[in-house]
Amino acid sequence: MKLPFELLVALRFLREGRMQTLLIVGGVTIGVAVIVFLTALITGLQSSIIARTLGSQAHVVILPPEEINVPVLDRSQEAVAAAIQKRAQRLRSIDQWEAVLRQVERTPSVLAASPMVAGPAFATRGTASKSVALLGIEPERYENVVKIREYMIAGDFRVQGTDAVIGIELAKDLGATVGDKIRLATAENRDDVVTIAGIFDIGVKDLNRRWVFITIKLAQNLLDLAGGVSNIDLRVDRLFEAERIANLLQAQTGLKVESWMQTNPQLLAALRNQTITNGLIRGFVILIVALGIASVLVVSVVQKQREIGILRAMGTSPRRIMTIFLLQGGMVALAGSIAGSPLAALLVRLFSTIYRTGDGKPLFAPEVEPTLFFIAWGVAAAVGVIAAVIPARRAAHLDPVVAIRYG
Amino acid sequence: MLRLAGVRKSYNIGTPVEAEILHGIDLTIEPGEFAALVGPSGSGKSTLLNIVGLLERPTSGQVLIAGRDTGTLDEAALTELRGRTLGFVFQFHHLLPAFTALENVMMPTIIDRGVADEAGKARARELLELVGLAEHAYKKPTHLSGGQQQRVAIARALTMNPPLVLADEPTGNLDTHTADEIFALLRDVNREHRTAFVIVTHDPRLAQRCDRQVELVDGLIRR
Repeated sequence: MKLPFELLVALRFLREGRMQTLLIVGGVTIGVAVIVFLTALITGLQSSIIARTLGSQAHVVILPPEEINVPVLDRSQEAVAAAIQKRAQRLRSIDQWEAVLRQVERTPSVLAASPMVAGPAFATRGTASKSVALLGIEPERYENVVKIREYMIAGDFRVQGTDAVIGIELAKDLGATVGDKIRLATAENRDDVVTIAGIFDIGVKDLNRRWVFITIKLAQNLLDLAGGVSNIDLRVDRLFEAERIANLLQAQTGLKVESWMQTNPQLLAALRNQTITNGLIRGFVILIVALGIASVLVVSVVQKQREIGILRAMGTSPRRIMTIFLLQGGMVALAGSIAGSPLAALLVRLFSTIYRTGDGKPLFAPEVEPTLFFIAWGVAAAVGVIAAVIPARRAAHLDPVVAIRYG
Repeated sequence: MLRLAGVRKSYNIGTPVEAEILHGIDLTIEPGEFAALVGPSGSGKSTLLNIVGLLERPTSGQVLIAGRDTGTLDEAALTELRGRTLGFVFQFHHLLPAFTALENVMMPTIIDRGVADEAGKARARELLELVGLAEHAYKKPTHLSGGQQQRVAIARALTMNPPLVLADEPTGNLDTHTADEIFALLRDVNREHRTAFVIVTHDPRLAQRCDRQVELVDGLIRR
């Protein structure tokens, strides 16, 4: 194979300084392994946290607008209400909800929409009475928004007629299990007896204690909301677009639209902080690797002074001398990043067996996305070349006379 | 081939230690001439050779090589002219230790053409044969004796078939016998290829065997 002059010389120089080259390639290897591993780890942990937290939540919820009191001026314009009391928010239906549902389903990036009637009630069995949240749903639609089936631990997610699905804590509190009957009573003085068809455990005690899934019809009856729905739950294609979509829908419908990002500000802040910290660590590792490459090349330029002088005397331009050292930086970094990739994959595999969820499953997938490797190689090569700029300029500006005489 | 007119060279210009090394040199080297440049240490021989070798620019005066006024050329043109018309032989042979003897001899063609090609390789083999090192082609310089290294350096200086070769004490650190051999080799090349030589030497024995002796004393040519 015929290598271009610059590449040939760069390779030979690297081979000649074998120990230096090995050490710096080793440094880059570790640096790249740490960065790729950290990125895979943080991404894995974040998507796991998101999946766990949002698994039981809709990404976007559409609600009726809040009712507010509007102060009315009297005709003479002399008297104004001094204090306006806030209005209590009663359970109301979304106006024209079927039209709204059709509209949001047509919105791009909305994957699924599910109408719901939600309101408070008491669940009683024998002498035990617990306050619960009734969630009246159309099960087929709801399952497209929340993967509730994944959380079932007994019975089935079968919501039809007078069947209900409750959480594991409520089942414990009421001493009930699949097939038992419980009574649901609301503040509207309506009540009905339902049969427990299934029990879920979504990993949040409070929700396991309070959520009771029943049909939308039954909820409408119990909560006195005939024909209405209290909210529409949405699933969107890109999680972090939820806020944008919520704002868009709010502007389009005039309803109150909340994204998970609004309802889980702490989670969002935690994710953001994690991302920033990760970025900071990556930045410092890159800086250290770059400084390492630069310092090795600075030494190499001093060691190779005489060779540089000879090459210059034989008609090599300063620009080509510079290219030789830039190539060395790029190649060292590229070699290190390629060597670092299997190491990173190994680390990810190892840590995926160490970090486990409460139920013993790995917290994140033990694979690194191949694109991450390609990005790492590209970034490493670029960093290597940039790190080589200062040494390369020094090499290019060496006075050949001085370099030959004193090199 | 080479003409110097009124060449002066000063260092540390504008500082209290400003010093003029060359005080107006006029010198002509004809094609195929074999000239020795002699003179005591500090007389400015190396500076003059660097200026002729286009490694340094004179403070004033003209340097014409192959009819071209080098004062009007920019760095890139100077580098190219240097690569194509001049060959260098240094005192400490200065081979590239990372490359084999053959590659060292090929290097000027690799620099000129950008890649190592068959023609360059054939030329390098021919030159190694000429200097009697054909069987050492694949050895690294560190595995060659001082005399052998200097032969490789001479072969390398001839690779581009330059009309002028500049040699800075080419036999300086060799024993007398080897020095004679190297000198004889240079002379052969000069006679066979009509290559002009300017050889800086301290050895009066060798200087006497040149066509012409240029003696430099205190920055001026005495003869």
